[in-house]
Amino acid sequence: MTTVSMTVNGKKVSADVAPNTLLVQFIRENLRLTGTHVGCDTSQCGACTVHVNGDSVKSCTMLALQAEGAEVKTIEGLAANGELHPMQAAFKENHGLQCGFCTPGMIMSAVDLVKRNPNPSEETIRTELEGNICRCTGYHNIVKSVKSAAENMGG
Amino acid sequence: MSVENGIGAPVRRKEDQRFITGNGHYLDDMNKVGQAYGYFLRSPHAFAKIKGIDLNAAKAAPGVVDIFTGQDMVADGIGGLICGWGITSKDGTPHKAPPHNSLAVDAVRHVGDQVAFVVAETLQQAKDAAELIEVDYEPLTPVTNIAKALAPGAPQIHEEAPGNLCFDWELGDKAATDTAFAKAAHVTKLDLVNNRLSPNPMEPRAALGDYDAGTGELTLYTTSQNPHVARLIMSAFLAIAPENKLRVVAPDVGGGFGSKIFVYAEETTTIWAAKKVNRPVKWTSDRSEAFLTDAHGRDHVTHAELATDADGKILGFKVSTKANMGAYLSTFASAVPTYLYGTLLSGQYKIPSIYCEVQAGFTNTTAVDAYRGAGRPEATYVVERIMDTAARDLNMDPTEFRLKNFIPSDAYPYETPVIMTYDAGDYATAMNMAKDMIDYSGFTARKAKSEANGKLRGIGSAAYIEACGIAPSAAVGSLGAGVGLWESAEVRFNPTGSVTVFTGSHSHGQGHETTFAQIISDKLGVDINSVEVVHGDTDKVPFGMGTYGSRSLAVGGSAIVKAVDKIVEKSKKIAAHLMEASVEDIEHEHGVFSVAGTDKKLTMGEIAFAAYVPHNYPADLEPGMAENAFYDPLNFTFPAGTHIAEVEIDPATGVVEIVDWAAADDFGNIINPMIVEGQVHGGVAQGIGQALLEGVQYDEESGQLLTGSYMDYCMPRADNLPSFRIATTNTPCPSNPLGVKGCGEAGAIAAPAALMNAIVNAIGRDIDMPATPEKVWRAINTH
Repeated sequence: MTTVSMTVNGKKVSADVAPNTLLVQFIRENLRLTGTHVGCDTSQCGACTVHVNGDSVKSCTMLALQAEGAEVKTIEGLAANGELHPMQAAFKENHGLQCGFCTPGMIMSAVDLVKRNPNPSEETIRTELEGNICRCTGYHNIVKSVKSAAENMGG
Repeated sequence: MSVENGIGAPVRRKEDQRFITGNGHYLDDMNKVGQAYGYFLRSPHAFAKIKGIDLNAAKAAPGVVDIFTGQDMVADGIGGLICGWGITSKDGTPHKAPPHNSLAVDAVRHVGDQVAFVVAETLQQAKDAAELIEVDYEPLTPVTNIAKALAPGAPQIHEEAPGNLCFDWELGDKAATDTAFAKAAHVTKLDLVNNRLSPNPMEPRAALGDYDAGTGELTLYTTSQNPHVARLIMSAFLAIAPENKLRVVAPDVGGGFGSKIFVYAEETTTIWAAKKVNRPVKWTSDRSEAFLTDAHGRDHVTHAELATDADGKILGFKVSTKANMGAYLSTFASAVPTYLYGTLLSGQYKIPSIYCEVQAGFTNTTAVDAYRGAGRPEATYVVERIMDTAARDLNMDPTEFRLKNFIPSDAYPYETPVIMTYDAGDYATAMNMAKDMIDYSGFTARKAKSEANGKLRGIGSAAYIEACGIAPSAAVGSLGAGVGLWESAEVRFNPTGSVTVFTGSHSHGQGHETTFAQIISDKLGVDINSVEVVHGDTDKVPFGMGTYGSRSLAVGGSAIVKAVDKIVEKSKKIAAHLMEASVEDIEHEHGVFSVAGTDKKLTMGEIAFAAYVPHNYPADLEPGMAENAFYDPLNFTFPAGTHIAEVEIDPATGVVEIVDWAAADDFGNIINPMIVEGQVHGGVAQGIGQALLEGVQYDEESGQLLTGSYMDYCMPRADNLPSFRIATTNTPCPSNPLGVKGCGEAGAIAAPAALMNAIVNAIGRDIDMPATPEKVWRAINTH
């Protein structure tokens, strides 16, 4: 067991973990933040996407120990002071989710996408979200949600 | 007067708040105090005898609580998994249903078959212990391809099914069809493969079993589309516990698409083991296990022939299909290539005679069962591909050929030669709408432009029909269904005026919490935020048949309407008493009860309060305001429409680009158009996946699954798909009180045929799905 410490959603956390513990396991099992999901075992589906030091990362591809000292943000930390993040609000407004399982990862990826592309075209959105699989929506309303959020975020 | 957030309004979904904030409750998010973890040792062989299993080393491994094999379950009196729909072969014999133990007893029959269940303190310890189990296998030669499995000399998979034949079934009038073909001016012939698919809901299956030694009650939390049916089967056939001692809970479920209808070995083993070890036990599938064990869909090989007269009118249709059932018969597998397939072969067309025969067989592959559309996409694929092929043979525009043969809109009720009675429809209107949306007449000019750029362009349509809300119970019972296909609902007013609705339908993405609340809002005038929809728990909901076959609104929604009718009837009596009028004079609209011809009125909330505080109340009336209803529909519903796809293909690479998609669907009345559009988008995306990208592949020699992860099985991603243009027409369904038909499967039914017709139109040759760049390139460049 090794001690790992990081800041998650603004809170300092620390735990003893086996060295092979993935960041997603640390988030789900140690911190009980279950909004971050596991949808595959090959780092393809993106349901586990979180932000590490401001960048979107598939938390199943990273050991918890690699996030030592990092600032981690999960879906639970996205809304501020009870106000939904514009990306969360846009997914609701545009019916960008159905079963909701891929949604946290999709939203975390989309927030990072808009940060890097403040005014993304449909093509950019589709290319950028290639690493997040949704089986319900056919992506149509996800693309619409991201476009609308980008506008609301002042892009 | 209309109601805010009532029927027809694009209400934003109530359930979204928890999903977008990470507060959903999916199964793997749940944990119980004292919980142990389960892990399945699975067969590495496609077909092998089990000569012995040595657990000694594994049982001594750190953290192991216990390890179970198939013998343990048999010794404990646990029965096998069942198929709930009986099919009768041409010769009058029942379909072959070989034993299907949750854990293998003497043989394994597909890669991934369950061999042992390890329960340990941690998942890692369970996995490590599983590696120490010694299984003595005698490998046998497997067969994965259905045509080969049914051929003479194939490996024999089950003793009980000679020649691997499960059933040899027929539907329609063979003699009449032969006569029609004898008179035909033209016969079009087509061979088709409907590729095997893996459903892939994003949430992997999971189960958490909990045993209460004090009460003897077992609770199974599971990823199910129909928890009551799971309880019924586990109780009646597996003898895991009596129904009154077994609770099944399906919390937030992350997609199903059919694959979570079935009762799986992992669920039955987990709940049984929880009792054996007297601790909560949790099992969560990983994606690799999902590819190996979630029931697959489709896998048909079909020969079809269509007879037409000199005028382009259809005279007869003959279809012969081989359907792959996999290694075992899954819960509703036998219904899919029969009564959900053969019965839809008339499509939207007036076809005087039809004959269909289906041979279903066993192979050393994962079981095949219902996947979004279930039989109806397969039927539509056959009908709509041959319609395009015949039009080409006859030198007719494919849409004109269809329009010429549509069942006319004044012909309802229309009885097809394959035992369906279509109740309402207007196929030409939907087709013409789709043609207008995509500017069908402008295609020639667009094609010329593509050609000038060195590209091939194609357009293809599919005019699909489906039968949803599978019912009534007596009819499906006569066709072999082992259950009734009604639905239940309870509408319960709380004394303060809020409402709790209990439904036997189950939402795993469909948005019932919103749609069903809209019905209550509309009919009873209750604010939508004061309506809570409860589903997925056998201890809360009276009973339920669950969600599949696009049945939730047509059957489950109608049950809610029936319960609402009882609420209104009782409320009128209370209103009459309170306002000193006769019941006949009470009028009701959207939750306001008034005395005809006066300005006296009471709201539903006031009446509900009076029912719970009955100080001034009719003497002969029970207090309280909660009503139950069980609703058995009068008929199936028949959603139908036309989808048109336009593609551009680069002959140098074989890459197909979908440049436009137009859909005109008739779903009858619509409660929430936003949700309906989303259902169509998702269905079309899965249909495009089938046509362009997806296909489960086995190595024929070893029987190994080659497409066992997202690295090998090509899921549609955002950059594979276009945006869609969709619209609806409306012929209200006459057989349910909401006039609704169901929309969940339409896209997946229509899309494969539309897209493949567009590709064939572009390249001028028939190819099978998935139309990968390699396959398309070869078709273009091989002459």
